[in-house]
Amino acid sequence: MDSALFVHRFHFAFTATFHYLFPQLTMGLALLIVVLKTIGLRRNDPMYHEAARFWGKIFGINFVLGVVTGIPMEFQFGTNWSIFSRFAGGVIGQTLAMEGMFAFFLESAFLGLFLYGEKRLSPKAHWLSAVAVFVGSWLSGYFIIATDAFMQHPVGYFTAADGSLQLASFWDFVLNPWAGWQYAHNMSGAAITSAFIMTAVGAFYLLSGKWTAHARIFVKAGVIAGCLFSVLQIFPTGDGQGKMVADLQPVTLAAMEGLFQGESGAPLVILGQPNDQQGRIDNPLEVPKMLSMLTYKRWNANVRGLDAFPKQDWPGNIPLLYYSYHIMVGLGTFFIAVMIVAVFLLWRGKLFNAKWMLWILMLAAPFPYIANTAGWMTAELGRQPWLVYGLMRTEDGYSKLVSAGNGMFTLLGFMGIYMVLGILGLFLIWREIEHGPVAEHESVSNLHRATRAR
Amino acid sequence: MASLWFWIVAAMIATYVVLDGFDLGAGAIYLIAAKTNDERRRILGAIGPVWDGNEVCLLAAGGTLYFAFPRLYASSFSGFYLPLTIVLWLLILRAIGIEFRARVETQVWQDFFDVTFSISSILLAVFFGAALGNVVRGVPLDSTGYFFEPLWTHFKLSPQTGILDWYTVLIGVMALVTLAAHGSYYVALKTDEDLERRARGFALLCWPVQFFLTFSSLVATYFIRPEIMVNYGKHKVGMLVPIVVVASLGVMLWANPKGKEKLAFVASSLYITAMLVGAAFALYPVVLPARDHQYDLTIYNTAAGSHGLDVGLAWWTFGAALAVAYFVFVYRKFRGKVQLGEGHY
Repeated sequence: MDSALFVHRFHFAFTATFHYLFPQLTMGLALLIVVLKTIGLRRNDPMYHEAARFWGKIFGINFVLGVVTGIPMEFQFGTNWSIFSRFAGGVIGQTLAMEGMFAFFLESAFLGLFLYGEKRLSPKAHWLSAVAVFVGSWLSGYFIIATDAFMQHPVGYFTAADGSLQLASFWDFVLNPWAGWQYAHNMSGAAITSAFIMTAVGAFYLLSGKWTAHARIFVKAGVIAGCLFSVLQIFPTGDGQGKMVADLQPVTLAAMEGLFQGESGAPLVILGQPNDQQGRIDNPLEVPKMLSMLTYKRWNANVRGLDAFPKQDWPGNIPLLYYSYHIMVGLGTFFIAVMIVAVFLLWRGKLFNAKWMLWILMLAAPFPYIANTAGWMTAELGRQPWLVYGLMRTEDGYSKLVSAGNGMFTLLGFMGIYMVLGILGLFLIWREIEHGPVAEHESVSNLHRATRAR
Repeated sequence: MASLWFWIVAAMIATYVVLDGFDLGAGAIYLIAAKTNDERRRILGAIGPVWDGNEVCLLAAGGTLYFAFPRLYASSFSGFYLPLTIVLWLLILRAIGIEFRARVETQVWQDFFDVTFSISSILLAVFFGAALGNVVRGVPLDSTGYFFEPLWTHFKLSPQTGILDWYTVLIGVMALVTLAAHGSYYVALKTDEDLERRARGFALLCWPVQFFLTFSSLVATYFIRPEIMVNYGKHKVGMLVPIVVVASLGVMLWANPKGKEKLAFVASSLYITAMLVGAAFALYPVVLPARDHQYDLTIYNTAAGSHGLDVGLAWWTFGAALAVAYFVFVYRKFRGKVQLGEGHY
């Protein structure tokens, strides 16, 4: 592989992967914080406001890290992928500019009010600022997904005389059907991350015997949201996304599933190693005919394999794509199993004392991050070898005048800075968890009285 | 339509420099003006609720530039690869300097983030100035419409320029002094007692340097690019620019010692706007001049398709109205002198 191409791809992949560790939590938490604040407002229960305040602090640290690692993403379209930007900017410039105008201004204006303005605002106005932050962060997500959807499945454009893509229909572009499924699937994934994190912190407090009253709220809210979104993640959002891939990127589906030869009644590979030299799965563990059923709702439907497509259109890294997809699906299944058991125990009133389950919920915290990352790797590796599907190949889109040496200089710099950011972030979040939602000596009943007096 | 977008993008960049300029400037004078922990917290409290929104102006301006002039975005961002990446690193360091300082109450921790915040603010001001210098001076574009500039070559003006040469460094230093003064007026406006006095005194020191650099930069610009006067000759309305520049410099000199910080701050904002509008006016319709003029990037050869620009105007107008409303709301909420004990800084 051309080394400059490799450096530019790795540059974007590394910075994007690291960046997305933060928004997936903030977007999901924004929703859960609105839920906590709504309950607090309706029941006039200070515990829920304290819970919202605690998660607001963790939100704040994550938000800063999300902002500072997000700015380089927008810049890299121009710095590292300038030929792509010149080619597609007439279309995707729309959504990237709209993200700034509609999402970032809204978020930045109300975040400060939400985090530090609680004393200056009435409870309703403070609730409204939380809603504004939620709307801003979810809008931001849509604009980015719509941009990516154009790269996955370009619609609403025409090719101008100079060869560049230009906008033909704003609504076709913004309401790309690909964007709809991808957005639903992605936001549900973000909600899963925040639900697991909230549950894990609650489980940690319960196991430590600290802040147990708050911890019950965290675990309860976390497992209910976690169960709901884990189910939504597979059906309908994951299913819808998968059908779209089958329709519009059939070669990607074949590579994801490790289906080297097409067949009628294709099996679903659960485990196994893709052997791209021999063109088969080694040590396969399969469910017969399942892939045909899931894809076309018929047991004997014909699914096209990689052999149906010219080799130059195959995704470049089939094993990594296959593993990303299988890790995502495997973890998604695990999430449903864990959360259904947790909700059952909650319903029976046994969850808060079921130590074994609290341990599982606490230790499960990292897995949604892995699943979300693997999901994005599936989407982006699956799009290869195209940068804009069917229109521009990845090898044609990077900045030709930025040499591998200059690219590596900035890549290494980002790696160093991001390592520091990661350590700082973990340290500061750990401190907030250690400090807890309220000072330990303040009992709940005192707080009740204090709030009433105010 | 492309002309309209030229002026919209120019206005957004000017808004960014005026708004983020005061918090960059506050960062530049931070270590000198604020001696005690309380004073430092006051400066951070003065910019804390607004710096992020100000920085969003940069993102929104960048996004709008990408949308309206994709070829300009592609050429300039890849050509200015190294300085832009360094700007990104500085923006990261500055943001964590502001936001993470107060989270641990240990002297060494806070000292570290104080220096991080201030040094990155200073370097950002210089880099932004140097970037403007590069745009005015011209870059080594060729027939492909692309270029790549190293950080420096030999600090002279030649066909193979670097990002930094004597001219762009001069503009960079001018930007630093301008923003330091701009930030000083803001700090004086938002604080009281010793800190207010020191900020005012610092601005007073900046003034003669700013005055001198303004005129030397104009002379230098004329020396390296005499064609900047062409538009001024054609359209007399351009003569408003030097009038506003001189008048606002005068108002700053007069208002600051009298304790009229608000007036001085407004004058400084006008000065910055006039300097940037002046540059845009001189360049128009060129958006990125080449050292060899036949390869100039203009609004005509870089703009997006006309349907996209038409549609964009509808949502841009709506988005900009919303953004102005948020800004007015937030600045009103946090108006007046900073009181410690609110917020977290």
